[in-house]
Amino acid sequence: MTREKIEEVLDEKGIARAITRISHEILEKNGGADTLVIIGILSRGADIAKRVAERIREIENRDIPVGLMDINLYRDDTHFKLDQPVIQRTEILFDVAGRNVILVDDVLFTGRTIRAALDQIIDFGRPKSIQLAVLIDRGHRELPIRPDFVGKNIPTAADDRVLVRLNETDGREGVFVVKEGMKKPVPEIVASKKPRRKGGKK
Amino acid sequence: MQLKSRHLLGLEGMSEEEITLILDTAESFREIIERPIKKVPTLRGITVINLFYEPSTRTRISFELAEKRLSADSISFTPATSSVKKGETLKDTVRNIEAMKIDMVVVRHSSTGVPYFLTQCIQSNVINAGDGSHEHPTQALLDMFTIRRKYGRLKDLRVVLVGDIKHSRVVRSNIWGLKAMGASVAVCGPTTLLPVEVEKFEVDVYQNMDKAIEGADVVNIMRIQLERQQAGLFPSQREYTNLFGMTRERLALLNKNYTIMHPGPMNRGVEITNEVADGDASVILEQVTNGQAVRMAVLYLLSGKKAEEE
Repeated sequence: MTREKIEEVLDEKGIARAITRISHEILEKNGGADTLVIIGILSRGADIAKRVAERIREIENRDIPVGLMDINLYRDDTHFKLDQPVIQRTEILFDVAGRNVILVDDVLFTGRTIRAALDQIIDFGRPKSIQLAVLIDRGHRELPIRPDFVGKNIPTAADDRVLVRLNETDGREGVFVVKEGMKKPVPEIVASKKPRRKGGKK
Repeated sequence: MQLKSRHLLGLEGMSEEEITLILDTAESFREIIERPIKKVPTLRGITVINLFYEPSTRTRISFELAEKRLSADSISFTPATSSVKKGETLKDTVRNIEAMKIDMVVVRHSSTGVPYFLTQCIQSNVINAGDGSHEHPTQALLDMFTIRRKYGRLKDLRVVLVGDIKHSRVVRSNIWGLKAMGASVAVCGPTTLLPVEVEKFEVDVYQNMDKAIEGADVVNIMRIQLERQQAGLFPSQREYTNLFGMTRERLALLNKNYTIMHPGPMNRGVEITNEVADGDASVILEQVTNGQAVRMAVLYLLSGKKAEEE
């Protein structure tokens, strides 16, 4: 059996530094935290969104609203897949109208997830702006979408697999690239250490 | 986790995992109906036809809204204004409708087994919205969803179903569903409104209301179905109220933190008094709101299952 080539591109400290820098850039671009709300895409985008909000709280000493979003109902490929994705809970308990929304996800790839997220946010109201923050930009866009804040740019081949592992969801920390791993099962040594979160229940 | 069948004909035989999947999915959809724009694009391009051969307010509007909130195209069919009046058979009617390229059928009919019969004549996903005295699965799912939202669980709760046990499809679906979820189930009604072989349900059976509801967490009160009854099953409505009506006095027998449910439409002053129906523990309108979320969940989960997969 051939071993997949696995490369760790960010470790725990690297992730923390990237999130700190993104938080500062968000504050700089928006002239403070007054108009900000943060929305994270489930699951790991939501984890990163909470960390960014926490960092902003440390810097500015104020809380900003954080929402979570499941984008599966807005996907463009549900009818082509055999299994319906499990729908998790969307929690946006604030008004987005007139706010600067920071949309957060872990990996930016084709841009289709972000397209779905943009449609969903606009169904909640008309924000002043939507800005996109991602931990990893791996390229290969299929839609005209670009990030405003990036943790790290990683050049990849289209069939590489980028795996973000975060303590909240996976019980471990790190970003890994598995070469030519797109169609294969996730290698054991970079697998999530927690069972997959179930949708729905609190 | 997926549902096993591509139709929803009843809850009999459905596993705890499948019911939990529907209820968890409904929990996510419940939030959509509180949004300013109560609509998601998920079922765009899917066509649903609602065949209601029996009168209905709640179930039909609930299904229609659930379909619209998922962006499905939906048409509702009423036999009174259709070729059924000219003598067209059920089978011909649905095969003609399916020839217009539809994807899902929601059906209510006064005859038991009609939803199953439809699965044998057409390719669409079939959802039972009530067939005769057989099953009304989405009603039982929304009842369970409402209970689970209040108590956080169904397991080991004492749920008593009171009233017309014999003719009620809501009772049957509730029994199968609640038992699969591990609740403790009892039924209560006059002998004439208990089905023969009631023991086959394997639930506690009472003919004395006070004994039945003692220590219960949830009382789900069934409508006295005047349209399904031959005369003389009970002497008078007043006597029924005295013996089996949910009155304020009887509330004292229930567990603390009790819940009163009714699938509607209510005969106020017969099976339930006004003050109980409108009391603090009544979740009757909550049931109606939750019904939409549950039906959205069922439509969503079944829409992914096409005929060729089986």
